[in-house]
Amino acid sequence: MGEKTKAMTMVEKILAKATGQAAVSAGDVLEPKIDLAMSHENGALVLNQFLEIYKGTGLDANVWDPSKIAIIFDHRVPAESAKTATNQKKLRDFVNKQGIVKFHDIRGDEGGICHQILPENGYVRPGAVVVGTDSHTTSHGALGAFAFGIGATEMASVWALGIALNIEVPGTIKVVVNGKFAPHVLPKDLILYLIGQLSAEGANFKVIEFHGETIRNMPTSGRLTICNMSVEAGATSGIVPPDAETLRYLKETAHVTEAVPTFGPDADAVYERTIEIDAAALDPQIACPHTVDNVKPVQEVAGKAIHQIVIGSCTNGRLDDIEIAAKVLQGKRVARGVRMLVFPASSRIYQEAMKLGYLSTLMEAGVVVMNSGCGPCLGIHQGALADGDVALATTNRNFKGRMGNPAAEVYLCSPAVAAASAVTGVITDPRKGG
Amino acid sequence: MGKVVLLLGDDISTDIIYPGRFMATVLPSETPQFAFADSVEFNKQLKAGEIPPGSVIVAGKNFGCGSSREQAASCLKGPDLVVVARHFARIFLQNSINLGMRTVICPDIEAEQGDELEIGADKVTNKTSGKSYAIVALPKSRQAIIDAGGLIPYTRQRILQEKK
Repeated sequence: MGEKTKAMTMVEKILAKATGQAAVSAGDVLEPKIDLAMSHENGALVLNQFLEIYKGTGLDANVWDPSKIAIIFDHRVPAESAKTATNQKKLRDFVNKQGIVKFHDIRGDEGGICHQILPENGYVRPGAVVVGTDSHTTSHGALGAFAFGIGATEMASVWALGIALNIEVPGTIKVVVNGKFAPHVLPKDLILYLIGQLSAEGANFKVIEFHGETIRNMPTSGRLTICNMSVEAGATSGIVPPDAETLRYLKETAHVTEAVPTFGPDADAVYERTIEIDAAALDPQIACPHTVDNVKPVQEVAGKAIHQIVIGSCTNGRLDDIEIAAKVLQGKRVARGVRMLVFPASSRIYQEAMKLGYLSTLMEAGVVVMNSGCGPCLGIHQGALADGDVALATTNRNFKGRMGNPAAEVYLCSPAVAAASAVTGVITDPRKGG
Repeated sequence: MGKVVLLLGDDISTDIIYPGRFMATVLPSETPQFAFADSVEFNKQLKAGEIPPGSVIVAGKNFGCGSSREQAASCLKGPDLVVVARHFARIFLQNSINLGMRTVICPDIEAEQGDELEIGADKVTNKTSGKSYAIVALPKSRQAIIDAGGLIPYTRQRILQEKK
């Protein structure tokens, strides 16, 4: 087979383009050009390391291309401490000095969680190479980008050079999903099921490429959920080949006006393995403490008493997630003894949910609606758990200590399970009603 | 030679290594105080300076899974701890290499708390049990970074080369 006709997976195609080569293969070591480099508050550490790189060189510390850097404040907003506020201030000053325009400060018009801000503003395009100092950067594969999480020092290097140094082209696991979800079964259930099948390390150093009619029929919000949580099976990235839905999202939601390429993997691309899933056979799923791969059908843990429910995060804080909760809680009340927090993924989603009346429905039911941010998901800003508390969350991780207390438990589920359980105060199968 | 000071199982997440509630602290000089903060006894010994440099953490599969927080690597690099694990999660492994920290992939490692380990180029010898275990080389793609002593000096070299 000649070089130019080599069959390639999605990630191989993207990395070939990003390195100006006709073809690349899994295992090749490359230095791809970066199209978008995102950081949140941990940009403070990136900045520290960036300045460290230039120390003693006699050169000015300027980023390679300010138009390709995004800084989004979301982890501790508004700042919970003077320390955070000072870190945010340092970054704000840096952003101004360097002329970084993809900057989303703490604002009710354009702020929000980085993994919602990037897609909804059209910053992510099919075929792009996206890095972020956040493990859930995998989300952006939903738009056909190769997007992966890196550490702060690696990002400092990207800020300096505009390339990711010494990247090994990952192998790919192909996941084919066919069939129609049963009522109350959602993309979150699909990805939880897949993580349970693969285990927490089953896709370590691999890309998960999603195919099948279920994926083709899935809106971008659902694709963001499944790519987001691909990292919980260890994946470098999740990716959905861009299609008509991708173009619709970019045009209608992200207001992208220029032409956008769509492409897929070659038909005879080489995969490490293929997994087939029948979506129609899936029950609602739940990940039990303290690992994300400890996944069971929800009926197996139904009846377990809960103390806090969280709907939000980069995984499930989008408009359709909030809509599901509002529809279930319409005219009902959150059970006494349960605290329910909803935090929309972006200010824009917050405003849309407000205009549609979802937020007042939720508040009338007893929900606390919080501003957009990451805080409760990782226990760093509001919503901490008490010793012995059990939380049910639509977020992405249930590690011991995740919600701020190692003496508490976190279960992960879809917004349908979370909302049904809010009414009863115990883990509830949404097919049996809340 | 290093003594095993912490023995851990599989899937040790970055939330266990460096709990999220301390993430506002970012500087490598400040993160070691929060290393394994919820493993209270170990953290106390570490802060009291009772754990000598070169001491070893032995762990199972997928060490460092979860978040990309670099604090999880810098908090171990500061007190010069070595992690010997059956294998590592991708981002943690890259972070530790980028910071010039010593990480050892040793798929069959067996050790108990207090054992003395000798870490060679291609094997780990448990001096207490007398058994040796093969080391899997770190990804070849990272060798240039390891040779330079970490990603900061490596990137600095690259910038200076480009200027020439």
